[in-house]
Parts: sequence; structure tokens; C-alpha cells
Amino acid sequence: MTELKSGGRDTSLAATKSVRRRDSSRRRAGLAGYAFVSGYVVFLAAFGIFPTLYAFYLALTNDHGQFVGLGQFAKVIQDFRFAPAFANILIYLVMWLVVLVVLTVVVAVILRSRIKPGLSAVFRFLFYIPGALAGVASVLVWLFMLAPGLSPVGGLLNAMGFTQFAQVIAPGNLPVIFVLIAFWTGAGGWIVVMYGALNNIPDEILEAARMDGAGPWKSAWHIQIPMIRKWIAYMTILAFAAGTQLFVEPQRLQSASLGRLDPTWSPNQLAYVLAFQFGDFNGAAAVSIFLLLIGLVGAGILVTRSGLFKVDGE
Amino acid sequence: MKSSSPLAPRRRKTARAAMVVIAMSALVALAGCASATQSTSAASGTFKPVTQDNSSTITVWADSTRLPAVQAYQKANPSVKMNIVTYDGSADGSTYLQTKVRLFDQTGKGWPDVVFASPTDVTWASQPTSPSAQAFAAPVDTLVSKSTIDNFATGSLSACQYNGHTYCLRNDIAQVVLWYNKTLMDQFGYTVPTTWEQYEALGAKVAQEHPGYLLGAVGDTNSQESYFWSSQCPAFSLTGTNKLRTALSDPNCTRMATLLDTMIANKTISTQGFFSADFAKTSGDKVLMANGPSWYGQYLFNSAFKTPAGQIAAANPLTWDGESKAATGNVGGGVWMVSSHSKNLKAATAVTEWLTTSDANQGSAPTYPAYAPAAKTWLANPANTSYFADDVSGPFQTAANEIWTGWSNTKFSDATAWSSVVLPGLTAGKTLTSLLPEWQAAIVDEGKAVGYTVTTK
Repeated sequence: MTELKSGGRDTSLAATKSVRRRDSSRRRAGLAGYAFVSGYVVFLAAFGIFPTLYAFYLALTNDHGQFVGLGQFAKVIQDFRFAPAFANILIYLVMWLVVLVVLTVVVAVILRSRIKPGLSAVFRFLFYIPGALAGVASVLVWLFMLAPGLSPVGGLLNAMGFTQFAQVIAPGNLPVIFVLIAFWTGAGGWIVVMYGALNNIPDEILEAARMDGAGPWKSAWHIQIPMIRKWIAYMTILAFAAGTQLFVEPQRLQSASLGRLDPTWSPNQLAYVLAFQFGDFNGAAAVSIFLLLIGLVGAGILVTRSGLFKVDGE
Repeated sequence: MKSSSPLAPRRRKTARAAMVVIAMSALVALAGCASATQSTSAASGTFKPVTQDNSSTITVWADSTRLPAVQAYQKANPSVKMNIVTYDGSADGSTYLQTKVRLFDQTGKGWPDVVFASPTDVTWASQPTSPSAQAFAAPVDTLVSKSTIDNFATGSLSACQYNGHTYCLRNDIAQVVLWYNKTLMDQFGYTVPTTWEQYEALGAKVAQEHPGYLLGAVGDTNSQESYFWSSQCPAFSLTGTNKLRTALSDPNCTRMATLLDTMIANKTISTQGFFSADFAKTSGDKVLMANGPSWYGQYLFNSAFKTPAGQIAAANPLTWDGESKAATGNVGGGVWMVSSHSKNLKAATAVTEWLTTSDANQGSAPTYPAYAPAAKTWLANPANTSYFADDVSGPFQTAANEIWTGWSNTKFSDATAWSSVVLPGLTAGKTLTSLLPEWQAAIVDEGKAVGYTVTTK
């Protein structure tokens, strides 16, 4: 892709000049650009950056406002709920990201190359529908789906050995359940995005691959997937960030099952319980900083490894 | 680091790493400056009321169930200036009241004068939230007469008592009695057990003769209060200021675990909860017996199971062979607290006393009154008892005075570990006996997290 578009990069002086001219015109447009982004920047500062800084302040102090260094972090790491919560979220994230990346890409490739456009559009619409349900509503749907006595697939649950709701939500099944819910609500949107990304690949390239004797799977593996690599990385970063913040699903399931779930199953729930049940806002802030760091490191690795922010032609 | 001299790249890297290490260790060293743990307040000093003004308005916070009672008081006493506020009443583990009081303590104003709350709230309300603050709850034993305090059912005020003072008046109690379906018992020709041993023997009989019928269920979020509390198991036993004893290897715990395991194995006790999603539909008419709180009659059998009137009866709490005095559990019940910041303690105390002790209010209350004389009136009110096959007064009154006081009102809920550790284990087919160590470990963790010194012996 890079080679294709930047074919004339190192040619004549004229080309360099034209690039320069474009650069300067871009700079002039910049002023208007600042005006356009300023609104967003204000909100980002008020609702994104300020709360983050406040969280850092809380995490480094105690409830008297005294500086405690990394004391809060040490305290929450030693909390008996810390390790299980982060272990839970790790298992969930690995399962969720693998399932999401593999299935959305495969489905998108099939919809793009192996199915008639009309039918493909119908499928994309169907896949997208569950995503339109808000978080809590989608959990309620799954509460019905997972209760053997009420579920439309109760027979299937019975065949798997589940006769009570309590058996379905056994601790070992929880990551799978949350992945199911997340995939059901989130994957449809990503399938549409991946499909759009695949559409961006010029037909000539696929044509050329076909001429060279590549079958559909070969061209998917060697042409299509490598060319939408950045979109996959982008999806992974967002899904990773959203996944670490898992809260609504376990929280709803916890109350719906009358407390049969650990109330601090996910780190976000732990932060919530620390803040609002024990009044320990400082400890809660420390947990949130851990989540922030994990998110930043994860995103950093993906961004650098996939060249997500590399602009073509640079 | 004053390394302005040009360093070789590798050395520069090393210097940078060293700097990071120094910075980190500085942070860690600084961590020693102040404690990251939350401040715990010292025991409350003597109660000093603020300057009183007997004509000032009192603010009363009540849940929606008790709102009509407060409104009735206002109607009967129009001269009292009242501001009535509805809130969640601390139901279902809500910490709304606690959060608000924390804020009021910060701003130094805004406290309600009288609140309806859960017993768990008394654990923090009886202590100052910060060294400079005053405990929210006023010691009501200094405000009402001793005879009033003494008239509450034995043990019902233990949730209110700290450091020799009483910080709340109990609204209702939920003493555990033995509920049974008299019609079915007569039909099967069984006699109602009086001891746990007889209960277990009846289980073996029912399993043989009428399989499918149930003598109880342990899958509810409060089943441990019906069974282990009744067995006098020291699971949540406060032995001193901030000292918690949780000894689940105690014979009083293991005897109940063994009994329940036997009955779970012969399927006369369900590991599902009475209140779980489809229990009423699938097994509601199979419940021969249920060891549970006084409100089971109306809320479980009448409302949830829709058992017809005239079938359900209650018996005295079960005893153990060789034990002379019966003990029973308690599942829920609310309290009223008076604010120590109230400018009109006279009016605040009067309304609290009326709400908790008067026949006018408690005689027709939705739940069993904790105040013994009012409970008599409550039992005499046909609206409360006409549903039952027999007179429930005897067992209700007996049980109300037999609540074991060794199951303390701790700063954390006694339901979390039971629901999220023990119940999933039971569902997975483990025995209660094998789950006791896990349950204990979970309680120890929770206890330590809120600042208790925990012993397990």
C-alpha cells in the first residue's frame, strides 16, 4: 500500500515544490482547524484530562490530603480483591480479543468476497442490530437467554447440563458469558467497519492476485487482511480499552443472580466498591490509574507494532 | 542529575535508568511519610448536644414503606414542624445515607434529625467519621427512659449497642421460626419436629415416602442467617472494639453444615433459593417446611408461593438435643436513629419513640415490631395473622426473645461471602462442610479490609 501511493516521492524538484506548496496551504488551513477542534479540546480538558489528573492527585494522597507517594498503589495491590479482579479481566480480555479479531475479520472477508452484495447487505444489517441495544438492555436479554427455565434455547442449555440459572453463571463460565454478551452487542458494528475497510482495497489488486493464481483464501490471507491491518489494530485498541472497563455486565448479573457473583469481579467494580461502599476514593483512584496504565501500554504496543499512526508518504 | 558533559549513548542510557531508579525509590521512600490506609476514628467521646430550640423544624428521612407512618405522626401532631424526606432507606446494601452523612460532616450542616436505616448503618453512625466529627447517631439511651429500652425484645437492640450505649431504636425484627404447611403435614401424618435431630430424621422419612417435597432451602442470600445463626455458629462475632472472631470450624458451625449436607444429599433441602427466579413456579407447592424469618408467612408463602390461606403455620425455633435454651436467627429488620446534631432532640426523640413503640403505628406495621408491647398488639390485629392455619403468636413471641446475640452486626455484609463463595460451590456440587474453610477465608479477608483484627480460633 505504502509503495503504491508514494510512488513519486523522490523524483524531481517540481514534485518537491508541489509538496511544499501543499504543506504551506495546509498550515494556513490550520487556524480554522484549531477553531474547529477547540470545542472538543475544551470538553476533553474538562471531562477527560482534568478527571485523570484529579485521579492522579487522589491516588497519590490519603483522605487527609497528605502525600503518600505510591502508598495507595501498594495498598490496593495488597487488597485481597485486587489480584482476582485483574486475573478475571485478563482471561476475559484474551478470550474477547481473539474471538473478536478472528471472527469479525473472517465474517467481513466472507461478506465482501464470497456472498452476493444484496445478501451481504442484509447480513450486515442483521449483525448490526444487537449493537443498537444499550448496555443494560442487552444484559437483560442475556439474563433471559441464560435462564434455562425461560430461555428460547433452554433445551440447548439443558443438553449442556444446565438446569438452573445458578449453574449457568458458575464462576468458571463467567468470562465466556461476558464474551458472548460483548460479541453479540459489539461485533456487528466492527463487521461493518471491516467490510468498509475491505471495500477500500482497489479491485485491480485483487484482480492481479487472481491473475497470479491466488484463490479466495490465499488472497484473503496475503492481500486483504494485510491491507486492513491498521483497521484491525484500531479495533483491537478500542476493544481492549472497552474490555478493561467491563462493569455493567458483571454488575447487572450480580444483582440479577441475587449476589452469586463476586461484587468485585472486574477491576472497575473493585474501584466502584472501594469508592462508594468503603468511601475509599483514594484507593479507587489508584485502581483506575492501574487500568489507565494497562490501557496505555496495550495501545502503545499496538500503535507502534502496527504503524497505525504512520501517515502514508512520510 | 548534573550530567551536562557529553556522555556516550550507552552511558547516557545508564544514567537515565539510574535516574528513574532514584526517582522511584524516592517515591517509595516518600510513601512512608503518611499512611495510605483510611483513617479510623477513635471511640466516641461523651455526647454533647448542640444548643436546643424546641420549636425548630425536624427533618425525617424514611423509606417508602415507612413514609405513611411518618405522615400519620405529622397528621396526629400538626404542631410539630416536620420536613419529611423519602430515600432508599439503605435497602439492598445502599450506602446513600453513609455518603450523605460523610458530606454533611464535611460541610458541618445538613444532617437529618431522624432517619430510618439498616442495622449495618449503625456500625458507622455510632462512630465519628473523622477525628474532628461527632458520631452521627445520638445515644438514644440518654434520651428515652430505661423502661422503654428494656421493653424491646431481648437481643433486638444488640445491633444498636456500642461501648455501653444504644444508638438506635429497632423498628422491626425478623426472628427465625419453623414454618410448615399444616395441611400437608396432617395429610402425610407427620408431627412437627422440635429439635434439629428430629428435623433431620423427618428429612430422611420425607425423602423415602414423599420424594420431591422440601423441608427447606439454603440458596438464598440470607439462608446463612436462618440456619447458621440459629445454630449459634460464631461466624461474625465481635469480641471487642474492632475485634472479629470468625471460627467456622467450631462445632456449632460444623453440626449445622453436616445436618444440611445430609438433607441436601437426600434432596429434602434445596440448594436453590426460595426467592430465586423460577423456584415459586417449579417447587413453590412442594415446600413442606421452611426454617426462616417471621416475614416468610406473608412475603414468601402468601405473596410468592400463593399458598391458599389456612394452610401455613409456625412452630417454635428448633433446639439441639442436650441444649436447654433454644437460640434462633434474625433475617433483616430496620432501625431508627436520632441525629446527634439535632437542634430539637425533644421532637426528634418523640417521633422516633412513637414510630418504634406506639401501638397506633406498630400495631398495623408491615413487619413484626421489635417493641414487645407493640408486638402483642400487632399479633392481636387479625389483618396480620388471619392468613395462617394456627395462632402464630406463641412461636413469634418465643422466637423474638431467643435471637442469639453472638451473630454481630459487622461493618460488612454477612451475605457477600455466603452468596458469592458458598452458594456457587453448593451449586457446583460441593458439600457445605467442605466449603466452610473457603467461607471463613472470605469473611477473614472482608473483615481485615474494613479494619477488624480477625481471629479464627
